[in-house]
Amino acid sequence: MRLLTHNMLSSNIKGVTNGFPLRIEIEKVVEKQVDFNADFLRNMFPKIEWKALVGAARTLGYVELPEEVEPSRLDSEDFLRKFHHALLELHLEEGALVCPETGRRFPVSKGIPNMLLHEDEV
Amino acid sequence: MSRPELQAPPEIFYNEEEARKYTRNSRIMEIQSELSHRALELLALPEDGVPRLLLDIGCGSGLSGDTLSESGHQWIGLDISRSMLDVALENEVEGDLLIGDMGQGLGLRSGVIDGAISISAVQWLCNADKSSHIPRLRLKAFFGSLYRCLARGARAAFQVYPENLDQRELILSSAMRAGFAGGVVVDYPNSSKKRKEYLVLTCGPPSISTSTPNGKGEDGESSSDDDSEDEDNQTVSISDRHRPKKKQKITKKGKGREWIIKKKEQMRKKGNVVPPDTKYTARKRKARF
Ligand SMILES: C[S@@+](CC[C@H](N)C(=O)[O-])C[C@H]1O[C@@H](n2cnc3c(N)ncnc32)[C@H](O)[C@@H]1O
Repeated sequence: MRLLTHNMLSSNIKGVTNGFPLRIEIEKVVEKQVDFNADFLRNMFPKIEWKALVGAARTLGYVELPEEVEPSRLDSEDFLRKFHHALLELHLEEGALVCPETGRRFPVSKGIPNMLLHEDEV
Repeated sequence: MSRPELQAPPEIFYNEEEARKYTRNSRIMEIQSELSHRALELLALPEDGVPRLLLDIGCGSGLSGDTLSESGHQWIGLDISRSMLDVALENEVEGDLLIGDMGQGLGLRSGVIDGAISISAVQWLCNADKSSHIPRLRLKAFFGSLYRCLARGARAAFQVYPENLDQRELILSSAMRAGFAGGVVVDYPNSSKKRKEYLVLTCGPPSISTSTPNGKGEDGESSSDDDSEDEDNQTVSISDRHRPKKKQKITKKGKGREWIIKKKEQMRKKGNVVPPDTKYTARKRKARF
């Protein structure tokens, strides 16, 4: 699972009002190279919760993203490369996602989070 | 064979063996890829070359998602079957995968997804596989959460195999109640084999751009029946949600004595216990004994 997906995921357990961002527990992180596409990044940027991305990237050991970012930075290739790397190239391979409100763990195995809810969570 | 949906819950039906069989079958690969291309076309994304973030619901082993990758898009795939997703991993699909049950609703933030496809999956929601499953409520949870996570103006295009008119209506009305505009597009309505239906939904208030596109291959003039081959030349026409499905041919005549005897012979060769062939074999029964 890439941080792009982490940035979109939110815990939808019944009764949870703020299920975002899911906390990340790490056992293994892998990097996979992805073709760089500036248009995709610019299109995606307004939908990204920046703070959550910065936090998630840190957790995965990548500290190059600025804490705050002005949209004007989208003209900088250097910035876009870092954004690209954080968003698309870092994978949580083994570990878990944890609901920030309830502490419920969603295990991640072979890069796939198991988001299935128990019957009493629906 | 009967419909997969009637045999077992999806996470059980699509076990390791079935997942492999499914993904190696070249006929299935071809059909799923064709359906996915059509669904992507029905999403009507802006033609500006910008890759989008899409969802593939019931993504399975990634046959449908591969179509999205080929067009350069990023995607997130959701499926309830771990075995199908394992095959997707082996095939090194480019999208991110999630194990999840669409009937529990999608756990995604609001307004972030640029479009959603689903190929041959949503009809599964019409079945109650557990006592706690109420299809109407699961469809409501699914479409409600889908509506929320799509960007305003974004579309969803789902190829579905409803079992009957009731299921089609149930799926469609659940989508409308969630706030979607749109309807059903039927491709090749005159062909019993090629006939395919797509639910095409737009997120947000109805406008000119939310009118449902035309189906392929209904050629108004000639009343040509099944399987005309020049599919690409056929264009035009309206979606007709209420046209009843054609009955399968075999129900008219039955398969015939010869066919049954041949099948029985095949089963014997496989070592199965099969009743002997007699004058009663494949004889028509009276309506009442
Ligand atoms: C016929 S396969 C299609 C797979 C893929 N879209 C393709 O075109 O090859 C249907 C898929 O829907 C999935 N499915 C069925 N019910 C589901 C549910 N409630 N939630 C998520 N996936 C489901 C099944 O596990 C299966 O992988």
